[in-house]
Amino acid sequence: MKKKDVPQDDENLFEGKFKVVKYALDDEGNYGTVGSSGWEPENTVLNQAWDEINKKVEATLKKIEAGELSPLAYHMEKNIMDLGMLSQYMDISKRNIGKHLEPSGFNSLEQKTLEKYAEVFDISVEELKKTE
Amino acid sequence: MKIDFEHRQSAHCETGVISNLMRHHGLDISEPLALGIGSGLFFSHMPFIKVSGLPVTTYRIMPGDIFKKFSKRTGVEMKREKFSSPEKAMDALDACLDQGLPVGMLTSVFYLPYLPRAFRFHFNAHNIVIYGKEGNDYLVSDPILEKPEVIDRRMLIRARFAKGMPNTNGRMYYPTHVPKDVDVNAAIIKGLKYTAKDMATIPVSLFGGKAIGYLAGRVANYEQKYGQEEAKKYLGNIVRMQEEIGTGGAGFRFMFGAFLQEASGRLGNPMLHKKSLEITKIGDMWRNFAYDCGRMVKGRANGMTYQDLADQLSDIGRREILFFQSIHKMKF
Repeated sequence: MKKKDVPQDDENLFEGKFKVVKYALDDEGNYGTVGSSGWEPENTVLNQAWDEINKKVEATLKKIEAGELSPLAYHMEKNIMDLGMLSQYMDISKRNIGKHLEPSGFNSLEQKTLEKYAEVFDISVEELKKTE
Repeated sequence: MKIDFEHRQSAHCETGVISNLMRHHGLDISEPLALGIGSGLFFSHMPFIKVSGLPVTTYRIMPGDIFKKFSKRTGVEMKREKFSSPEKAMDALDACLDQGLPVGMLTSVFYLPYLPRAFRFHFNAHNIVIYGKEGNDYLVSDPILEKPEVIDRRMLIRARFAKGMPNTNGRMYYPTHVPKDVDVNAAIIKGLKYTAKDMATIPVSLFGGKAIGYLAGRVANYEQKYGQEEAKKYLGNIVRMQEEIGTGGAGFRFMFGAFLQEASGRLGNPMLHKKSLEITKIGDMWRNFAYDCGRMVKGRANGMTYQDLADQLSDIGRREILFFQSIHKMKF
């Protein structure tokens, strides 16, 4: 890649905070670095990954509205976690986390467990019970 | 307290931390040299290991191994620690800072609030350097950023004690001895030979140059096997691993080209300069592949098929094997 060909396809994924370093050749064929504000294919696949996460969150919200899942499911998806990871953060078995993902299991949780979940997601217990 | 530490931006976190920490201790090593000496470039595709449901493709050796190989080849001695509790981990960090030692550590990008939102996944192998403390804030040299940042104690603890793959366990490291007379040229040759050997000769199809052809075979069947939508996710993930923050372009192939040029100058070996331009051409092919994958993901294929993408990969694979075979045969 030539220095002048280092793409600057800015889609604000870097929030204007910085440019990433790419290695490229100058006209004499010597390597150096150039800042890049993004490259279209890179942006495409990063957005693709987020679309996937957002779809999961949306589907989860529908299930919560339908009374199939507890708000915990929303916070888990929103934090890009799965059962396994949440189980590690909580130090609770996956099976029990699975119960808490159901409305009945969630509603009978002790305050202590609610607080621990809230701490993992870095929110308050009040926020944990909501989906916003 | 603030240690006089020079932050230089890099493409990749691990090679960037090596370069910045070594320079602090009097060993002037560029990022490409850190990559080359630490034998960072590699290729592997492991369909049976999945992260977020997608198979792992990697353009580098295991996280942490670049540093280990670099240290071994330069005689740099490192202290590496992990901790059972955040308090102990933070006390140990503070003690180092009090002694004037900048400390490298493993963090999860998910908990680094200074990074743009779009890049904050649960990636638990991000290397940063802490070089000071002001009140409740720690001073961060994050190699991928243009400028140093700050992070408060609470978030730093979260980042240092992330769970998942892997658990970070408060891991931190710093050099305890950096020799004054490092034979950089010998280290370059060792690093280069190791990479060439692994890329050219590993007989297992999942690792090294062969694995690119192996991935090609998988890609050819993606659409049939997984359906249109899933196939796009598989493809997108390959490109993310190749280009997303941290490889310097083309899955470390361009940074490796920069390494070969620096090696050529230091060793007085013009052949390595030629090799640098060769790997750059291969890197350009990787970029073309990524570009076409982007079109496929966006539904703008215009008749291009998964077989076409697979053919591009096969070609790249053959060229990488020949390229590294030729270096493997070189005498130094």
